[in-house]
Amino acid sequence: MALDTSTSSVHRLGGRVLRSRTVAALASPHGIDRYLTRINPMLAAHEVRARITDIRPEVSAPGAPRVATVTLQPTSTWRGHRAGQHVSVGIDTGEGRRTTRVFTVSNTEGKPGEPLTITVRAHDDEHATPYSISKYLTERATVGTLVHLSQAEGDFVLPDRVPEHIVLISGGSGITPVMSMLRSLQRRTHRGKVTFLHWSPSADRQIFADELEEIRHQGHGVDLHILHTSEGAPYLSPALLEKLVPGYRELPTWACGPASLIEAAQAAYEGTESLKVEYFKPPKTAGVAGGEMEFARTGRTVTNDGATILDQAEAAGLTPESGCRMGICFSCTTNKSSGRVRNILTGETSELPDEQIRICVSTPEGDCSVDL
Amino acid sequence: MTTVEKTGNRRLSAEELEAFGKEMDAIRQRIVADLGEKDAAYIYDIVKKQRNFEIAGRALMYLPVVGWLPAVACLSISKILDNMEIGHNVMHGQYDWMGDPDLNSRMFEWDNVCPSDQWKYSHNYIHHTFTNILGKDRDIGYGILRMDEDQKWHPYYLGNPLYAFLLMVFFEWGVALHDLEVENLVAGKRKLSDNAEMHRGIMKKVKRQALKDYVLFPLLSGPLAPLTFLGNATANLVRNIWAFNIIFCGHFPAGVASFSQEECEDETQGHWYYRQLLGSANITGGRIFHIMSGNLSHQIEHHLFPDLPARRYPEIAEEVREICERYGLAYNTGPLHRQLWGVFKKICRYALPDRKRPAAAGVEAAPALEGVAA
Repeated sequence: MALDTSTSSVHRLGGRVLRSRTVAALASPHGIDRYLTRINPMLAAHEVRARITDIRPEVSAPGAPRVATVTLQPTSTWRGHRAGQHVSVGIDTGEGRRTTRVFTVSNTEGKPGEPLTITVRAHDDEHATPYSISKYLTERATVGTLVHLSQAEGDFVLPDRVPEHIVLISGGSGITPVMSMLRSLQRRTHRGKVTFLHWSPSADRQIFADELEEIRHQGHGVDLHILHTSEGAPYLSPALLEKLVPGYRELPTWACGPASLIEAAQAAYEGTESLKVEYFKPPKTAGVAGGEMEFARTGRTVTNDGATILDQAEAAGLTPESGCRMGICFSCTTNKSSGRVRNILTGETSELPDEQIRICVSTPEGDCSVDL
Repeated sequence: MTTVEKTGNRRLSAEELEAFGKEMDAIRQRIVADLGEKDAAYIYDIVKKQRNFEIAGRALMYLPVVGWLPAVACLSISKILDNMEIGHNVMHGQYDWMGDPDLNSRMFEWDNVCPSDQWKYSHNYIHHTFTNILGKDRDIGYGILRMDEDQKWHPYYLGNPLYAFLLMVFFEWGVALHDLEVENLVAGKRKLSDNAEMHRGIMKKVKRQALKDYVLFPLLSGPLAPLTFLGNATANLVRNIWAFNIIFCGHFPAGVASFSQEECEDETQGHWYYRQLLGSANITGGRIFHIMSGNLSHQIEHHLFPDLPARRYPEIAEEVREICERYGLAYNTGPLHRQLWGVFKKICRYALPDRKRPAAAGVEAAPALEGVAA
């Protein structure tokens, strides 16, 4: 124990020195991390990296995409996470390219430097070469693989003081942040009531099935409803919510899932302040086609087909920088010199000239010009 | 103006320009499709070597007397690699496809007093878009020198060789101040207030660079502080001289053409390639020389394909040369001493007023063709 405290205080002192302004000035302009990584990639003063310490399959039903929970031991720079937050994960997937995607942290809320888990469903990603990061993590990555992380981000989190009765709603892979919340509540020994509604296609593709079963048996104030749509379960509607959770409109609610679920939840809670949502995938765009989409730097112009500017740029043969493709990581931020764009997450439109926009979640409305 | 004709080159017809452009596009597409592991491994290796030279350079300063010269050598190599093969090329976006933030054009900052964002604007945009267009490309003479006969002579230019010498010695400072467009301030085309924000950016970077090279590292070496100070200053000077010479050989040797704004109005992609080719010059040399010059010894290929990884320029060069031969266009290349001699002659020649008759033959490598000057 004594040894533990002394090593950790040496560690803390070392961290303070490495993060000091003097060291920053000496290592300018590249930063001290560029030199530390020469010694050991797990040594960092600012950046966050992690090694994979475990990969556990969650679902391996025949025909279903693989799902795995990946445990990561981060560098001491990781500041911990709150339940419901997400993290950008960058991996060198081959051919000299690093792919970065955003994943929800799935374990209980954690302190600085503590291991974290992400739960990943393998799916194809036409924009990632040569492998999609989810396929790489579920099929090719091994224990010891080095990954690049951001800090935990996102405000889809539980408050420090959790109200007496809350509702959690999730659909498909959107269960991950909600599971992290539920696990954290259990660890915090939350005494109130939690109603948890989850929609998934069928029982054999259910991730966290065993754990959910255990929660159902234990009770402990968790009222669990799993609805399998392929087996005839009804979809989210005000009537269903009223039946399962009487007076739901007054209850603080967190919902995460595909666009259809989020939209149904937003309709059911319309006019209240109770609902917090997170899209798991941005809605498939139904932008307005028409007008000309101009890529000013390369001098190309295409007819606006209503897709996001990022998709249209890629269709035109350009390769703009991008990351999460869901409006989280800001890698694709580009200057829009003119035109009106709609943010597909919020529905807001804006037509300010020379505006920085995230092209992965912006669709043009009419003529538009961006610096690509 | 050093017109195309004065350089002994011919003008291509619209059809030829289009075909020429298509051949260049094809090279580009082939290389882009082939980018991968090898290019990534190469740049990671260069970065690793640069960091090792830097650490060695800083460490050797602690070895009194015998360590000083090797320390300066290591630090000079580190700064040259950092600014040229890494910095210049990374900031062109040559490695953006790798998805590594450390090698991303929007994030990279170099070991040089010029802030990267200002350099990217004046270099990537102004210089690479308007290469050798008089009145648009501010890299023609950098606003201080007279490097083309169409720049009107003024007694001020008698100092051309002196200004060039000073620019060489203080090159990184020249590059940093370049964006402030001091010549336009003097001419009243620009207001001092236009520069306020840039000035802040430059001062911030200057302070950081000066703090580490001229205060902190010398202080850390205790009684050796004066030697460390001198060593760091020498390394910066070596980098300045080297970079100046390589860069001046890129656009100012004999036989490089300049263009008028009228010629380049509504320019086609084919003419853009044509202008880049005739407005640049290469330097021959070995592998190490190319690396130390940031592959700017392949200025022609760099100007044709500024965002392709520079390590590809030597392989592209053979093809470009072959295409030039077919179109009857000169491919301007030569050993360092010859290109430098050409630059030196130009600096001296344009210090003096024009002779009565524009006898370009004395200045340029090739005779002028009468009556076709644009």
